[in-house]
Amino acid sequence: MRKVIHNELYTKRFGIELAQKLKPGDIIALIGDLGTGKTTLTKSIAEGLGITEMITSPTFTIVREYMSGRIPLYHFDVYRLSSAEEMNELGYEEYFFGQGVCVIEWADKIMELIPQGSIIIRIEYGINEEERIYHITNIT
Amino acid sequence: MKDNKLITLGIETSCDETSAAVILEEREVLSNVIASQIKVHQAFGGVVPEIASRHHLNNINPVIDSALKEADITLRDVDLIGVTSGPGLVGALLIGLATAKSMAYVLKKPLIGVHHIQGHISAVYIEHKELEPPFLALVVSGGHTSIVDVTDYNKYEVLGHTRDDAAGEAFDKVARVLGLGYPGGPLIDEAAKKGNPHAVEFKRVFLEKDSLDFSFSGIKTGVLNYLNTQKLKGAQLNVNDTAASFQLAVMEVLTAKTIVAAKRTKRDKIVIAGGVAANSLLRQMMKDECERKGFDLYFPSPILCTDNAAMIGCAACYKYKSGLVDNLFLDAYPNKAL
Ligand SMILES: Nc1ncnc2c1ncn2[C@@H]1O[C@H](COP(=O)(O)OP(=O)(O)OP(=O)(O)O)[C@@H](O)[C@H]1O
Ligand SMILES: Nc1ncnc2c1ncn2[C@@H]1O[C@H](COP(=O)(O)OP(=O)(O)OP(=O)(O)O)[C@@H](O)[C@H]1O
Ligand SMILES: [Mg+2]
Ligand SMILES: [Mg+2]
Repeated sequence: MRKVIHNELYTKRFGIELAQKLKPGDIIALIGDLGTGKTTLTKSIAEGLGITEMITSPTFTIVREYMSGRIPLYHFDVYRLSSAEEMNELGYEEYFFGQGVCVIEWADKIMELIPQGSIIIRIEYGINEEERIYHITNIT
Repeated sequence: MKDNKLITLGIETSCDETSAAVILEEREVLSNVIASQIKVHQAFGGVVPEIASRHHLNNINPVIDSALKEADITLRDVDLIGVTSGPGLVGALLIGLATAKSMAYVLKKPLIGVHHIQGHISAVYIEHKELEPPFLALVVSGGHTSIVDVTDYNKYEVLGHTRDDAAGEAFDKVARVLGLGYPGGPLIDEAAKKGNPHAVEFKRVFLEKDSLDFSFSGIKTGVLNYLNTQKLKGAQLNVNDTAASFQLAVMEVLTAKTIVAAKRTKRDKIVIAGGVAANSLLRQMMKDECERKGFDLYFPSPILCTDNAAMIGCAACYKYKSGLVDNLFLDAYPNKAL
């Protein structure tokens, strides 16, 4: 599915709505260049899950956990990983196959680990500064 | 003990530096050995966690040995062991922790886990023997951007922090899109010296009127948008001008908010710490502002701004003297809050 996101407000609305449908074990793989709004979208998903903590960029520690919402949120940024094997060191299986929702920035770096049934959102810059194009697919 | 003074062994492995230091009492550095992995990670354009852990593992023992040797002491002289327990990369933290724990166990000496950011703040004590809390601190690094009211050696109140990217992270990301390489901070600092900081007016993000929080994801996207517009126009990109303009925009916000926070808390001393505190423009702007507004300014020399174990040893000694000792169950906390 292709969706035009006109501005940040649409990103917010999209994230909050998406969050309503999420259940434990769901995985959302975000793919898109620097600054396309992966963290911004994750903030809205978190808001939709009822998370009250501040969501900040996980680039530095690779994964951050948020427990204050309806379902736990595990927020990954795997940009700095050089290979999918490195995910083992983080104990990723406990997150991916656990009772929370995983949102993964730069998921293309670890595509072989993304399980079936995950939602993939590819984000591209649009024509205007605030516009983004979402390409949404499910891995089946 | 040495001359009846406490000896602390500090260990730091939270990110890409493996470091060990020997500290006499709170503030005297007998040795501070740092094995940097920056060269190793340059090829990848940033720290690669698994590679980082492996290098820590190889480096940790030789680094501790040289720290002891340089301080002219043996392990038996060590009175307490301080180690970074978070935040950081979990695999990297665990190497330092496992080493510290086994040493504490074998030597039967107290073990003290140190918050990395408390370490960065404590770095300032080492070179400014007269500095005592309370003061207002701006901690700016690769993973943090916080304004902290330091009310006592072990009492901190975070007044504001970044809502998205840390300042150092923004430097690293912008350096990447400008093709400058890694680590971005020092490279942008250098490039900016040759550029015009008013060439591009990037938006300064101050958030709500009274907020002491920061947001740097907008300026990252702002730089990208600017690059795209230049490309569409077929215009030549001036890297130095872009770097200088970006840097000024970030530093204006950091400086302004720090001054507001100091006024609000009625502190007369301001400290800047963390990797980004090495930035030449930030230092100059803070100096000018503090002079104009009547604050005393303190910052560490560049080597104590980036990750090092001397700051961890110093912080550990202060914690020890306040009775804040951990046991061998001490764990790594990758996302620990201050
Ligand atoms: N429609 C939009 N959706 C999301 N963000 C937008 C939009 N329009 C503008 N922005 C701005 O773009 C920036 C996106 O930054 P963000 O850190 O979320 O990107 P990211 O994809 O996570 O980057 P990184 O690759 O560094 O992790 C924010 O400053 C946000 O305000
Ligand atoms: N001269 C400089 N100007 C701007 N930024 C700089 C400069 N020197 C270093 N930095 C930045 O400082 C950061 C590294 O600082 P530091 O080693 O304290 O961070 P870290 O340990 O990786 O993160 P944290 O301390 O948050 O855990 C990097 O982002 C680097 O680009
Ligand atoms: Mg992000
Ligand atoms: Mg640091």
